[in-house]
Amino acid sequence: MHAIEIHNLTKSYPVGFWKKQLRPALKGLTLTVEAGETFGFIGPNGAGKTTTLKLLMGIIFPTAGGATILGKDFRDLEIKRRIGFLPEQPYFYDYLSATELLDYYASLSGVDAAERKQRIPHLLEQVGLGDAGNKQLRKFSKGMLQRVGIAQAIVHDPEVVFLDEPMSGLDPIGRHEIRELIQSLKDAGKTIFFSTHILSDAEALCDRVAVIHKGELRGIGVMNELRSSATGNVEVIWEGAGALERVGTLVTESHVTGALVRAKTANDKLDRLLEALRQQRARLVSVTPLQGTLEEYFLAKTSEPETATV
Amino acid sequence: MRQHKKITAIATVLLIVFFTGSVFALRNVEASRGREATLEDVLYLPSSKTIKRLSLGYSGLLADIYWTRAVQYFGAKHIKHSQRYDLLYPLLDIATDLDPHIIVAYEYGSVFLSQQPPDGAGQPDQAVKLVEKGIRENPDYWRLYFTLGFVDYIDRQDPKSAREAFEKGSEIPGAQPWMKVMAARMAERSKDIHMAAALWQQLLETTTNKEMQKTARLHLASIQADHDINELERLVRMYEQRTGSVPKTWQDLERAGLLRGTPLAPYGEPYVLKNGSVEVQDATKYRYLGEWRYNEEQMY
Amino acid sequence: MSARLSAIALNTFREAVRDRVLYNLVIFVLLLVASAPLFSEISIGMERLILVNVGLSAISLFGVIIAIFIGIGLVSKEIDKRTLYTILSRPVRRWEFIIGKYFGLMLTLVVNAGLMTVGFYIALFVTDHSVKRADGLMLVAIYFILLEFLMVTAITLLFSSFSTPIFSAIFAFALFAIGTFADDLRNFAGLAHGLTKWLSTAAAYAVPNFASLNVISRVAHDQHVAGTLVLYNSIYALLYSGAVAAAAVLIFERRNLK
Repeated sequence: MHAIEIHNLTKSYPVGFWKKQLRPALKGLTLTVEAGETFGFIGPNGAGKTTTLKLLMGIIFPTAGGATILGKDFRDLEIKRRIGFLPEQPYFYDYLSATELLDYYASLSGVDAAERKQRIPHLLEQVGLGDAGNKQLRKFSKGMLQRVGIAQAIVHDPEVVFLDEPMSGLDPIGRHEIRELIQSLKDAGKTIFFSTHILSDAEALCDRVAVIHKGELRGIGVMNELRSSATGNVEVIWEGAGALERVGTLVTESHVTGALVRAKTANDKLDRLLEALRQQRARLVSVTPLQGTLEEYFLAKTSEPETATV
Repeated sequence: MRQHKKITAIATVLLIVFFTGSVFALRNVEASRGREATLEDVLYLPSSKTIKRLSLGYSGLLADIYWTRAVQYFGAKHIKHSQRYDLLYPLLDIATDLDPHIIVAYEYGSVFLSQQPPDGAGQPDQAVKLVEKGIRENPDYWRLYFTLGFVDYIDRQDPKSAREAFEKGSEIPGAQPWMKVMAARMAERSKDIHMAAALWQQLLETTTNKEMQKTARLHLASIQADHDINELERLVRMYEQRTGSVPKTWQDLERAGLLRGTPLAPYGEPYVLKNGSVEVQDATKYRYLGEWRYNEEQMY
Repeated sequence: MSARLSAIALNTFREAVRDRVLYNLVIFVLLLVASAPLFSEISIGMERLILVNVGLSAISLFGVIIAIFIGIGLVSKEIDKRTLYTILSRPVRRWEFIIGKYFGLMLTLVVNAGLMTVGFYIALFVTDHSVKRADGLMLVAIYFILLEFLMVTAITLLFSSFSTPIFSAIFAFALFAIGTFADDLRNFAGLAHGLTKWLSTAAAYAVPNFASLNVISRVAHDQHVAGTLVLYNSIYALLYSGAVAAAAVLIFERRNLK
């Protein structure tokens, strides 16, 4: 049983004065996510990431297609006890304190009173809000709100957690903290589906990613495989700037800092470069195969023309 | 999905059932309150000045509302053959204070006010007050002088004031020529059957209100009947004097040379001769019968 | 289900309390109690009459204004601020959400009216220097005012479920005004003919009838209110509110939210 199975999920909005034309926001999305995976859903702004999440949560209704979560239809109410959701740039009832909010949400998710009493203080500690429990949410900083957001998403101990741009608007410290939190969820065995347009975050956390652009799925696969497929380069560092002129044709990039040269070359040119450097009596410092970046994969996929629409 | 469809279906059914139920419940509410109750609340009204202040500039609309209430009030009482129309004048007064140019309120309202109960409130002095207000606020509207004259003559039995009203009205540009004619014809004697008939006729011809038309027709029929009966009884007296006996049928009078054919009442049915007096067959059709009957002295 | 409904209702109540909305009643009570002795300056022998009219009318008007001002944001605020997203991701049915909010607002209004009633009775006692039998009649008028709240809240909820706050406020106030003149609308329907009659009769039943619920002047004159009127008004208000709430549920259930 897949944790999440999306099949041909489609959403079009009627636009124009008479609402006759249809603007597609999501075109037939199909993908699966396995239990325990951390799945990255990446794409530029407006690609359809939030639309997908809103469809799955029942905030908007699909024009076609559907999904199952933990084997049950995504519209099944009971399933919602086992999933958590953190929307983008969330806002919570600012007249409540953090504890009150979590208590309210947990009760709506079916957690009984005794459990709530016990669990909430621990949870606040876990997300780093241990001493802010009784503070009103209107006084929270953005980072604190994001942490409350994660807290409310997991207060009922769901198996699957959906996060929409969990790092948006945070400073580097905040982002680091959230990243740690997500990692701890991952370690606890939860399935995490998170959407972002910040590739480095996806790279750091995800097992598999899907690239979405203009409502279409452009690529999907295991992180490491995607990265290495993009390139076949090697980084070579040596001492002896003079040698650079002789090996110019064999390198694609180079930087000189004092006597040290750092250059990039293709896999197939590596042997000739090393031979040339030895002849020049350059002192080899390091030879490192370069992994492709997710960025390159991403840019490649998002520059492809759109496939024909249904 | 089934949940969603189920809820939509339930909500639709509840919407229809509850709303239909609410309509029936409301009808019961209205019955509980009784038709009187609607206007009892009006009893506790502040003055029209206060209402005008509260109306925030929508006094025209409120005036229409009060006029509508006055009509409804009058209709409700009328159907019950009520003897008291206490709220009629206050309602009309408020309506015309809020909007002094609701002509119909003056025209019809004052007639409803001046008529004797159960046809009206029996308050001719209040009626005059109302019309005079109307004339003050609408000095170019000559028909109000007709209304004033009508009330003065018919209900207040004051031919002098009536004549003044008609004369003043006839001088306003646009007034119909018969205004002057009426003024001239108004006799000194307060009860002139021909004047009364002429006024009712004029009212019938100029009004568009169905209630008023009905009232006018009823009055005209009764006036005509009274007039006919006066004449016929005079003939009966003449017959008695000549023959020393009471005529039994219309043929008796015919044979005496006093009458030609069977006399017919305004609705087409023949008059009835009974023990020396003349009657109509169906008195209910002649509501106002007797107003213009001669007494014994006038007979001769 | 009922646990979720009461959770949502109580949270809505909590929001109103913390929003300092209920503090209006402090002003009301103070004003009323302070101005009670003033009435005797204005008109001798009519203090009680004026007090009852002003007091009950204020309870009614304050309540309706609160109902509308909170009601218009009940749903639209949650959509705008996206607090609704985290609610819907939980096992909460859309109808539970909207009905829970309705109950919460009603609770707020009942508490508000209740406290104002206490203040009102204090003012009444201060004016009369005694307790009269007719004082009990006020409760009937206040009960009817609560029925009025039931209907106004349902109407505002309906508009909030699909419209922006400004339009919701306009429509709600407009319907309240028309409903107050419901008797005249009925009169008009009675006098009209043909198509106009049909349309205005339909309108007279579609529009909330607040005129029947207003017994303030009767009660001010110490007059009784018929038991059948209490019964039928209760049934009417419940059914009408139920119908409007069902319509709100229907709209909200099918709506693609922002």
